[in-house]
Amino acid sequence: MQELIVNLLLVVVAILAAVLRLIGQRPNSGMTKKQKVMLWRILAATVLLLVLQALGSSAFAQLGGAGRWVRLACYLIDYAVIGYDILRKAAKGIRNGQVFDENFLMALATLGALALAVYENGDYLEAIAVMLFYQVGEWFQSYAVGKSRRNISELMDIRPDYANIERDGKLEKVDPDEVAVGTVIVVQPGEKVPIDGTVESGASTLNTAALTGESLPREVKAGDEIISGCINMTGVLRIKTTREFGESTVSKILDLVENASSRKSKSEDFISRFAKIYTPAVCYAALALAILPPLVCMLGMGQAPGWETWIYRALTFLVASCPCALVISIPLSFFAGIGGASKSGVLVKGSNYLETLSQTRIVVFDKTGTLTQGVFEVNGIHHSEMENAKLVEYAALAESASSHPISKSLQKAYGREIDRSRVSDIQEISGNGVLAKVDGHAVAAGNDKLMDRLGVPYISCHSVGTIIHMAIDGQYAGHIVISDVVKPTSGQAIRALKSAGVRRTVMLTGDAKKVADHVAAELGVDQVYSQLLPADKVEKVEALLAEKPEKEKLAFVGDGINDAPVLRRADIGIAMGAMGSDAAIEAADVVLMDDDPMQIAKAIKISRKCLRIVYQNIVVAIGIKLICLALVAVGLANMWLAVFADVGVMIIAVFNAIRALFVKNL
Amino acid sequence: MKKTYKIEVDCANCANLMEDAARKTAGVQSATVNFMTQKMIVEFAEGHEPKNVMQDVCKACKKVEPDCEIFL
Repeated sequence: MQELIVNLLLVVVAILAAVLRLIGQRPNSGMTKKQKVMLWRILAATVLLLVLQALGSSAFAQLGGAGRWVRLACYLIDYAVIGYDILRKAAKGIRNGQVFDENFLMALATLGALALAVYENGDYLEAIAVMLFYQVGEWFQSYAVGKSRRNISELMDIRPDYANIERDGKLEKVDPDEVAVGTVIVVQPGEKVPIDGTVESGASTLNTAALTGESLPREVKAGDEIISGCINMTGVLRIKTTREFGESTVSKILDLVENASSRKSKSEDFISRFAKIYTPAVCYAALALAILPPLVCMLGMGQAPGWETWIYRALTFLVASCPCALVISIPLSFFAGIGGASKSGVLVKGSNYLETLSQTRIVVFDKTGTLTQGVFEVNGIHHSEMENAKLVEYAALAESASSHPISKSLQKAYGREIDRSRVSDIQEISGNGVLAKVDGHAVAAGNDKLMDRLGVPYISCHSVGTIIHMAIDGQYAGHIVISDVVKPTSGQAIRALKSAGVRRTVMLTGDAKKVADHVAAELGVDQVYSQLLPADKVEKVEALLAEKPEKEKLAFVGDGINDAPVLRRADIGIAMGAMGSDAAIEAADVVLMDDDPMQIAKAIKISRKCLRIVYQNIVVAIGIKLICLALVAVGLANMWLAVFADVGVMIIAVFNAIRALFVKNL
Repeated sequence: MKKTYKIEVDCANCANLMEDAARKTAGVQSATVNFMTQKMIVEFAEGHEPKNVMQDVCKACKKVEPDCEIFL
């Protein structure tokens, strides 16, 4: 029965190898030369083995006394075809003092099985088939890992290959590295913007999905700043470069992503340490399994030692013990997790940060620019006697001479070109406001003090922010509230964090207490510390770090420019809006490519998923290995199961690792 | 000084072994092998010529993993 199954398996392998070899002919198959050669060897060895099996031992028996040796020679040739490189590597390893590796394990196990078969003139099939299936597994692993490695790398590949420069009216493709600052480059629809710069002429829509994960296109026109890595979608753009290629956003991000998986996490370190102890340990265990039980039987109980049984078991034990599933799947999981995160606009600088991020229980926010837009806007108009738009118009005109942020936000709310000829007699009263004549009306715009000074009764405002009272021709005309605007997704983001298992949210700000408390209450932040200087922020974070338990990690989210010291101090620093800001990329461990605070919860969820997969792989791989080893040791499993323990577990682990890439619906 | 080299290595465990071997080579301050991007990042100690050091690194890596390749 078992022989039938094995023969069927061999037929399947032969067909598979032939088909794969044909696929390998295609130029884009992604198979390396080594893999193609290996396929030939697998095919040849399988066919030869099938022929030998079909002939059976009776065919050789007709040759008389020499038959046994001819048969052995045939099988040995087959063994050499499939396994010579393993034997060579094992020999080299022994010579170089690197005895215990998987090649040694396989060589020892199969040679041992062959020797037993020669001794019994029995079944050579097992030794050869084990080697064959091991090679098939190795081939599959190398192909699958190589393929997924390339796929993930392609996902993250935003590297522009060339830049277009106009010379004598013709476009010329040049290496982006060679473009000097201040050169005008041309980007046609469908091309990537290769270098940071400002738009000289042309208007277009940009796809920033590769940078931010955000599919909403961005409009640009002449005079706008443009960052590299975006894809130009509609019109031709002429861009004057402001940076060298090496300093451009796209280069920085690429550098960051490519080096990300070089920073190893604790789990990865654990696995490489584990593998170092594990391989020698199983070799000694196998040796003990081969020697001790027969000795005990012989000396202790006076029974027959049964050397063959125990040596066979020890060899099977060796086959089952290969650590590759573990060693391969952990870095692959992290790599896929980092790849998936960067696809959705979250850059994680290393596997270790992904690991820390998954343990985040406290999130500390900076207010301005992180939870709020960081720009002042007209947020309300109250008690107005006239049309709101009219009131804003008067205010904007009265303030037109000022360059204060408040007047800018008024002008923005007005939205049209300021006609200065309508304004006269502008008189600025420092610390109070402005008096001016607009369209012949006396307009006063300012704070409470100005109204007191003019003797105009006013209505105090309950809203938080800067209040501008308006009086027109001595009559109170209402007030305009100007304040920083909370980002539309901030409240939702805080709730998402809570549901993602974050225990505590804290907001730190340099802003006034009243404003800070108001924003915190609106968003549902647990704790607020206001009126802090940058140095105070570091102190507060240090205090929070000191009082939390060791296992809970603290993340600080800031907009990166003024928060750099705090970003470094926290367990994990998350910077918002890396678009164009270098300080953010440098100081933080995690960079959110767009300003959306929702991404924080998403980043944490991605890290959790990735780490869950890592632990699953560790537990499943070690677990199945140990069970198989135990079964082999007590004689319940043969070499077939051992090969499954090696190859099967590895395939399962690799597929599981790939799951970390799918993060869209988190 | 820090330099990045392209490498070719088939299994993750071998990559770990290469990393170990590179770290133990004289003139290497630190070394990281990134299996996923197939890259080796070597930081050289002061006063050592990267070219010479890399020859030794290459030899040491071949010793632990005959199948590996470092593109200098």
